[in-house]
Amino acid sequence: MVQIDPGTLFFAAIFTNNILLTNFLGLCPFLAISREVKPALGLGAAVVFVMTCTAVLNYLVYYYVLLPLDLEHFRYILFIVIIAAFVQLVEMVVERFFPALYYVLGIFLPLITVNCAILGASLFLIIREYTFIQSMAYGAGSGVGWMVAIIAVGAIREKVQKSAKLPRGLEGPALTLIITGVLALAFTAFSGMIQIQ
Amino acid sequence: MVGGERDTSLKTNPFLAFQYSIIPTFHHSRSGTGDPPSTLDCVPERSVFMLQVILSLLILSAIGALLAFLLEVADSYLADYGERHVLINEEKDLVVQGGKPLLFTLMEQGIFIPSACGGKGTCSYCKVQVHEGGGPVLPTETPYLSPEELKTDVRLSCQVKVKDDLKIEIPEELFLVKEYRVRVERMEDLTPRIKGLHLKVLEPPEGITFKAGQYVQLEVPKYKRTSGPEYRAYSISSDADQHDRLELVITRVPEGAVTTYVHEYLKEGEELRATGPYGSFYLRDSDRDILLIATGSGLAPIKSMLYQVANHGIRRKTTFFFGARTREDLYYEDQLRQWESELPQFTFIPTLSRPAPEDRWEGEKGRVTDLIQEHLSERPNVDVYICGAPPMVESCVELLTKKGVPEERIYFDKFE
Repeated sequence: MVQIDPGTLFFAAIFTNNILLTNFLGLCPFLAISREVKPALGLGAAVVFVMTCTAVLNYLVYYYVLLPLDLEHFRYILFIVIIAAFVQLVEMVVERFFPALYYVLGIFLPLITVNCAILGASLFLIIREYTFIQSMAYGAGSGVGWMVAIIAVGAIREKVQKSAKLPRGLEGPALTLIITGVLALAFTAFSGMIQIQ
Repeated sequence: MVGGERDTSLKTNPFLAFQYSIIPTFHHSRSGTGDPPSTLDCVPERSVFMLQVILSLLILSAIGALLAFLLEVADSYLADYGERHVLINEEKDLVVQGGKPLLFTLMEQGIFIPSACGGKGTCSYCKVQVHEGGGPVLPTETPYLSPEELKTDVRLSCQVKVKDDLKIEIPEELFLVKEYRVRVERMEDLTPRIKGLHLKVLEPPEGITFKAGQYVQLEVPKYKRTSGPEYRAYSISSDADQHDRLELVITRVPEGAVTTYVHEYLKEGEELRATGPYGSFYLRDSDRDILLIATGSGLAPIKSMLYQVANHGIRRKTTFFFGARTREDLYYEDQLRQWESELPQFTFIPTLSRPAPEDRWEGEKGRVTDLIQEHLSERPNVDVYICGAPPMVESCVELLTKKGVPEERIYFDKFE
């Protein structure tokens, strides 16, 4: 078990070990929804919620159900089922209370189900043997980190689209990936502060 | 599974202790030796495996069931949109339970939008105009909507969910579409190929309300040619003022599922189902003359329109060109002749394309297009209603536009 206090872990998950910018997980909705800040914020919030909740739930299910019963080999299927149920819940909430956001996110909201960043966070916390509080911090931190990244890229893309005429080869995902790369480089500057594996 | 692991977990773990406490019994009864096993070493691998399988299935199902339960609870709260208003054509205000697709919501209110695919978003029949509250057009709809339709708020009603108060526009006639139970009262052979079907509307008790010229979809039950009930569209030839009666004119189509049933199997007294009325082929108000053109069973809607002309005091000069092959194919002639003698504004001009010598035909010969050429002046002030086979309709439309009839004054119903 690693001895990092949850607060530090939370910030480490955002800055030094950003799940998107260091692990490059969850890229597909990231590329699709980062065109503008507003939908990016919406999707980011949904990911934060799903990631925090599923990290906690998956932790509980893994340590209190699967491990005692010798069923660890079922963790993928159970994690996915729990994540799927949670995304379904989020979709209902968004459809009901934020209809505009629902239409903007479109198919990418249900696709959070198979967002590898979310399953990734749940698996990392098992592999790194975090405690319950640490898992919660890590899940929330990873979610916020993912949101920070998508909002940053969304803001840059919005600016670029408004102010510059792009060469055709750079439009869409091409420039997004370049921006993401630069951002990832910038984020390595944080890595001196603390290291989690 | 590794034995060493098991031993350590057993000491600390109540689940596993339970698990192993029942296995020996299991083993005991199977072996039948009567010696209770004393240590865990004699636990057979297979029983453990079986238990593990059962246990994992149980756990997975339990978690699945729990999540399903939670979602079901959430759904009943979140998908409950409460009562919503649907304002149709600025006049009819429906209070409905929100959350369902518009198509089904309207169906529950007794408004039947045509839909062939059953709300799956593949047939594109269920188009309606949604002016307010429908949200943006969904990706599932865009393939079926033309740029013009997008501009005029046309949506697929099976894809639009009722979440807000809606303002929609549907063709007026869809208000009246209902399902009916009808009984075959009488069948008559109008020509060797055409049967007249007299139906009595049993349900709903108020009967059917339609505009002369519209059609119904008649459903026949499964019989040996078909794999299930089939329905086809037939124009109503009876008087629109008779709400409890329907008269249909059905031409025999070789290999046709419904027409074969009607011509060979249908008995007087049998009950069938029908929905309707559908279609926008009906007389429009204007002060222009009326020209009616029909061939074959296309006479059906025209006959219904003529009841309207005769019984509703329409003074507009009305001419009816009817094309048939021989005298035999000229049906409802007595009724038409009677109208001609009773109504000063009505002229009936039948034409035979192949009169047989025994017909002793002295009227017009040739096709209906020849009648248009001969009897219609240049740039006539007339509304034209055409009904019949597609090639006839197309050549008539072409000829009429050449004669200077604006296209928007030509109404037609093509019988496929």
